[in-house]
Amino acid sequence: MWDFPLFPEQASTIAPRVDALYFSLVAVAGGTGVLVAILVIVFAVRYRAGSAVSRRPLRIRSWKLETAWIVVPLLLFMGIFVWAGWLYANIQYPPADALDIYVIGKQWMWQAQHLGGQREINQLHVRVGQPVRLTLASQDVIHSYYIPAFRVKQDAVPGRYTSLWFTPTKTGRFHLFCAEYCGTQHSGMVGTIIVQNASEHAAWLQRSADAGGTGGETAWNAGAAGMSSAATGGALASPGSPMASRGLSPMAAAGERHFQRLGCTNCHESGSAQRAPFLTGLYGSQVSLADGSTVRADEQYLRQSILQPNARIVAGYPSPSLMPSFQGRLGEEQLAELLEYLKSQSTRSGAAEERR
Amino acid sequence: MSTAALRPSTDTTPAYWRSGSRLRDWLLTHDHKRIAVLYLVSVTAFFFLGGFAAVLMRLELMTPGPDIVRDETYNRLFTMHGVIMVWFFLVPAIPSTLGNFLLPIMIGARDLAFPRINLASWYLFMVGGVLALGSILWGGADTGWTFYTPYSSTYSNSSVITMAMGIFLSGFSSVFTGLNFLVTVHTMRAPGMTWGKLPLFVWAHYATALIMVLATPVLAMLLILLTLERLLGVGVFDPRLGGDPVLFQHLFWFYSHPAVYIMVLPAQGVVSELVPCFSRRHIFGYRFIAGASLAIAIFGFLVWGHHLFVSGQSVYAGLIFSVLSFIVAVPSAIKVFNWTTTMYRGSIRLDTPMLYALGFIGLFSIGGITGLFLASLPVDVHVHDTYFVIAHFHYIMVGGTVLAYLGGIHFWWPKISGRMYPEGWGKFAALVVFVGFNLTFFPQFVLGYLGMPRRYHVYPPEFQVLNVMSSAGASILAVGYLLPLTYLIWSMRYAPRAGSNPWGATGLEWQTSSPPPTQNFEAYPPVVVNQPYGYEQVLVEELPRE
Repeated sequence: MWDFPLFPEQASTIAPRVDALYFSLVAVAGGTGVLVAILVIVFAVRYRAGSAVSRRPLRIRSWKLETAWIVVPLLLFMGIFVWAGWLYANIQYPPADALDIYVIGKQWMWQAQHLGGQREINQLHVRVGQPVRLTLASQDVIHSYYIPAFRVKQDAVPGRYTSLWFTPTKTGRFHLFCAEYCGTQHSGMVGTIIVQNASEHAAWLQRSADAGGTGGETAWNAGAAGMSSAATGGALASPGSPMASRGLSPMAAAGERHFQRLGCTNCHESGSAQRAPFLTGLYGSQVSLADGSTVRADEQYLRQSILQPNARIVAGYPSPSLMPSFQGRLGEEQLAELLEYLKSQSTRSGAAEERR
Repeated sequence: MSTAALRPSTDTTPAYWRSGSRLRDWLLTHDHKRIAVLYLVSVTAFFFLGGFAAVLMRLELMTPGPDIVRDETYNRLFTMHGVIMVWFFLVPAIPSTLGNFLLPIMIGARDLAFPRINLASWYLFMVGGVLALGSILWGGADTGWTFYTPYSSTYSNSSVITMAMGIFLSGFSSVFTGLNFLVTVHTMRAPGMTWGKLPLFVWAHYATALIMVLATPVLAMLLILLTLERLLGVGVFDPRLGGDPVLFQHLFWFYSHPAVYIMVLPAQGVVSELVPCFSRRHIFGYRFIAGASLAIAIFGFLVWGHHLFVSGQSVYAGLIFSVLSFIVAVPSAIKVFNWTTTMYRGSIRLDTPMLYALGFIGLFSIGGITGLFLASLPVDVHVHDTYFVIAHFHYIMVGGTVLAYLGGIHFWWPKISGRMYPEGWGKFAALVVFVGFNLTFFPQFVLGYLGMPRRYHVYPPEFQVLNVMSSAGASILAVGYLLPLTYLIWSMRYAPRAGSNPWGATGLEWQTSSPPPTQNFEAYPPVVVNQPYGYEQVLVEELPRE
């Protein structure tokens, strides 16, 4: 009965740094709270009506006191702000060697896609010590990916990508919650983050890839979960396929098939930038737009350019764009695969450099 | 005393509640005091309805699994609780009841500037309230009081529009009240009632009125946009219609963060009256408290983005909203220090209103300081949308506003009803509320840092003990609320009559009879000579008797 936690586990590199700030705030809060409480209680007792104490007017000039209790809290607050802001800016960007995993939120489940083609629902298998960068998308309403033990949280917002990263420091199973209210079964949109050591994780990856993303705990094909999986079906490349041998991850290989099936190659063929921009090396590069501005070709830009080609037209190409919109023709999973294919067409290390 | 040329009212002028007792004399009244009583009855009813929803939620959360209600019902309960408590209790609670009753009297005016608009404001409030309640009977809305899109505009299968229209109408009642306060304070002050002599209660309501008039229209526009998208498919917020869901959050918090100050500024105004009266001491730092109210009203408009720290807003926006959120805490800190210093070398009596005021100072401080946790970006990322946030804003809204409201109701009850309340019961209830409140909400800070998300109908079993503590506290708190309801109603008939000034207070409202006549004062205009809060003089006059 009395065996219950009062403080969450620290299981990521960020957690102790956030907790240090938290405990300092607790000290400030506790100190101020106790100070005010003591003053109020002491005054209420000492200066109770009828007590024999001096009630002469204060001698001190009131503006001095006022200035003191404006300036001191302000400086204290600014100190906390600088610490918090510095820490926040520092934990914004993932390390260069972060592993990409795509996560899609939908009412009411979390679906993860690994580069190796492994998929899982309401679980996420990661290796201890391996920095992981999640690219979050939502298929319907706003969700929020929250791992208390890692002290990380990020909304998954429909219509755009957001991202989140962490480096797990402990093996074990940790809560995954949806933190943004998303409808009837919001409190059922929970799962488990499974942090494994290297060998266990490698075995899990192998096992899940062998199952072709359709067996065991990665059974995402069945029922409601597989809403847009019909298009890709069982055609996920396994590590032994020809595409994998060309250096494409199974996820990127799936993306390449979408690229061909949707007719992207007709215009975006390598070597011909006549009708459409060249896509090799695009991810992470700076793109000059027709309106004179420049944009970095990140996930957000690529997503928008596929779904709304007219939104940001590359300099030198006609407006309105010749490219049809793919809004409604691609589910979030296929979009993620396509994106991973485009990313694979630029050097991975270069892309990681750009992110920093 | 602060006024000259004022004589105590005699019994020849009937009290405001004796001039016409037919129903239409109340429902068509232009008397700000009667309208205040209409509001008092209405917000009390809404408070207990919203509280009932909270009781059901706390019962459900006694165990980790689903028990007494289904998820659909639970989601409707917290939506009902939030909507009712925010728009039909907290926003009007102090301004439309105590403010409406006292503001004209405190500045020596006969009524508010626009009595008919004041009455219209109550009718709009009631129609809005009936719509919101109707939406609940109709099946309820399940969006939470925040109505985040695209869930509310596209996905929710519940009566969102009825609820939104109820809030839309109640918003106009709030604009009307604010408008009335602004014009009244500017144009109807009695001779000698300069800006520097306004009671801090009036300053707080002036600042509140600014926010009501400037922020509420944004809420109205937002609710119209939401209705257009839901009803006609006009794409504003839903990305599938070409909209931006985060735009909704910006607009929503552009109203709803300042609205927090609509709820708490009047409460601070009440405490600024109670502390000097029961300390028999001039308020310390009058100018700073008045200035802090205005500073809060202004800075309160610049911090809405701290509700969007995990919504994908840019790092720079996050940093700017973070620093502004730290700054907005300073004026509230100034007030806390000034109230505390006012007690120094006072002659303190711990009557019920003072107990509530002291409770307010402590709990509001905790609420304010935990706001700094939420302004700190990396900590907010962890506790955003968890019970930590729930605990934080309940410390402000309940520990702050509700305690000040109860303190104010007890303080001015003799003026409003003409009767004293039973002091022993009053102190006991104040203690019960304080204990129940802390037991309910303190465990939620711990739950929040552990990671329990808000709006969860079921939760992991390791959170149960803290949830049971919270539910136990809620039952104590409920008793604490029912006690005043009972003995205040009892007192209207059976308690001893109050004199015109039972507390020996200095404000103008204590210079007229209890309850005041319809015209507020016997002789017009009352001429104000002295500074407010001349309690040192009161103390000297009282000393021989002690």
